[in-house]
Amino acid sequence: MILLETAGLTKVYGRAHGEVRALDGVSLAVGQGSFTVVTGGSGSGKTTLLLALGGLIRPTEGQVRHNGRDLYGLPERELAGYRNRSVGFVLQTFNLVPYLTAAENVMIPMLLNGHRPGGRRRKADALLDRLGMADRRDFLPRELSVGQQQRVAIARALANDPGIILADEPTGSLDRALAADILGVLSELHRKDGRTIVMVTHSNEAAACGDRRHRLAGGVLS
Amino acid sequence: MPASFSLRSLVRKELMLRKTRMISGLLVIVLGIGAVVGILTVTRASNRAVSAQLDALGANILVLPQGASVSDYYAADIDSPVFPESYATRVVTSMIPGVDNTSPKLSRRMTVGGVAVVLTGIVPASEAAAKPMWQRSVLTGADLPAGCAPVPAAADGKSGCPPAKPERMRIENLGRTEALVGAAAARRLRAREGGSVVIAGKTFSVSRVLPETGTVDDGRIFIHLRSAQELLGAGRVVSAIEIMGCCSAISEGLLGKLRNILPDTRIVTINHIVSAQVGTNRLMARVSVVLALIILVVGSLSMANVMWANVEERKKELGTLITVGFGRRDIYLLLFSRAAALGLVGGVLGYLLGTATAMLAGPWIADLRVVPVAAFLALSVGLAVGISVLGCWLPARGAARLEPAAMMQDP
Ligand SMILES: Nc1ncnc2c1ncn2[C@@H]1O[C@H](COP(=O)(O)OP(=O)(O)O)[C@@H](O)[C@H]1O
Ligand SMILES: [Mg+2]
Repeated sequence: MILLETAGLTKVYGRAHGEVRALDGVSLAVGQGSFTVVTGGSGSGKTTLLLALGGLIRPTEGQVRHNGRDLYGLPERELAGYRNRSVGFVLQTFNLVPYLTAAENVMIPMLLNGHRPGGRRRKADALLDRLGMADRRDFLPRELSVGQQQRVAIARALANDPGIILADEPTGSLDRALAADILGVLSELHRKDGRTIVMVTHSNEAAACGDRRHRLAGGVLS
Repeated sequence: MPASFSLRSLVRKELMLRKTRMISGLLVIVLGIGAVVGILTVTRASNRAVSAQLDALGANILVLPQGASVSDYYAADIDSPVFPESYATRVVTSMIPGVDNTSPKLSRRMTVGGVAVVLTGIVPASEAAAKPMWQRSVLTGADLPAGCAPVPAAADGKSGCPPAKPERMRIENLGRTEALVGAAAARRLRAREGGSVVIAGKTFSVSRVLPETGTVDDGRIFIHLRSAQELLGAGRVVSAIEIMGCCSAISEGLLGKLRNILPDTRIVTINHIVSAQVGTNRLMARVSVVLALIILVVGSLSMANVMWANVEERKKELGTLITVGFGRRDIYLLLFSRAAALGLVGGVLGYLLGTATAMLAGPWIADLRVVPVAAFLALSVGLAVGISVLGCWLPARGAARLEPAAMMQDP
């Protein structure tokens, strides 16, 4: 079953001075429960594709469909709801809020929907426990190692229990051992939880985790 | 950590992180609100002072010696001019319609028992009525009626004359050796009812200590006009005649008629007396409105500047929030809450600054006792919150429309 799908996805940046065609007619189908990996060199359009899948970039042409409905045809409010509940992002730069503790960072996505405050905290603690961060709950991001920061980011991506994890170079800032570690976590989310994972990366090593592989070059998917 | 983490705690934590920048950003608002509150508070105190003066006067027409000013009258200095007491008789016997009450007075500043007081000679039965009818209109800054209060025509059946409801006690009897002592004077003299005071070598029994009025009366000692004239060796003279005139009579030319029978005097209405002060106060009120408008503009611009910088600095963070599901409305809410919190702090600080300045400066520059006005707290907080939310508008719009891609890219 196709969970997430793009059709003729084209994204052109910077109309004013020199256009960049970051994506050029990309049609990609992501099956429910798959671990899809898109590899490509720097500047090939990987991040653009991932953000478009995540409801963060309005394509110039083409569609992104989630369970068959056109994401960018949705009202802004519902698109935000899609980002909040249906997908979780794991990014190369972690993007933790610097003045919030690990647990608070994990709770941010929960602020937007009906969680009771006590429930939020319990859920965040459970997620951090699961990622082996039980003893770092109240640490600020700067008090954590990079590997630990990425674990907090993954816990946050899981906050609202999304079916899809979108990972952009999740190991790009980590050394070999830590990278293997994080890939292990993603694989487990795939195998044990049955979550659908889309990962874009330039690393062939990372790509080995996936069960579906695609290549992106100059915005064209093959 | 506190039990619950919410959007509010997110705002609070971010503000605490940038305390110093937040405070410097607030400066314009605090100073501006402080200036408005300061001016309003002083104006309010000044209005009260005018009202108190009017209460003490207890009349709406004042007959003064030619060449004397109202402040001469209040100063009651040793060389203040006087005129014959017979003038008061002239008014009473002239039967000019619309004269409700005629009360001649002789006032002189002097020292009694080492205490500075104003000795005021009065004619007992005529010293009737202080009707505090101007007070309300002066306080609200409403137009002062021409020397007279707007009294409902049919208040007591008679049209024209206000119903006489004396605030001050009607003093029917005051013996030649009796004194009425104002509350403040009594305190300083340690005078008690039934006791006595020695004024210029003569002993007077204190028949009454007057209740506190908050007016210049508190510092006065009242004795019989005759006794005052004897004590001061001044002959049958007075320093003023206070006349209570009917509203309608004043507008129908009562002053002119009085001037006809008292040609060598200066006759002023309450309006003349307070118009200068009321005018100043009204000007101040207008200045504070203009100032408030300027602050609204400058404060909003300054707040816009602060919020732009904040949004710029937090681009990555705001992008992250959008990524995890914050919609446009949530970003607005976040930034407006931040601005409102800043406004709240700025409003409270501005109120405190303005009030403190007014309380310190009032007595010093205008000889006014200034009391804090709690209602201005709501005004300053409202103004400050309004200013900062207004200033936050454009930056928040910018942030809500940020292209996430621009924020997500590696730095
Ligand atoms: N916000 C942007 N504005 C203009 N050009 C952009 C923007 N983001 C990316 N690009 C361009 O689009 C192309 C693809 O970028 P990106 O999707 O980040 O590639 P990758 O993640 O594979 O390195 C690059 O040439 C990049 O310079
Ligand atoms: Mg990239």
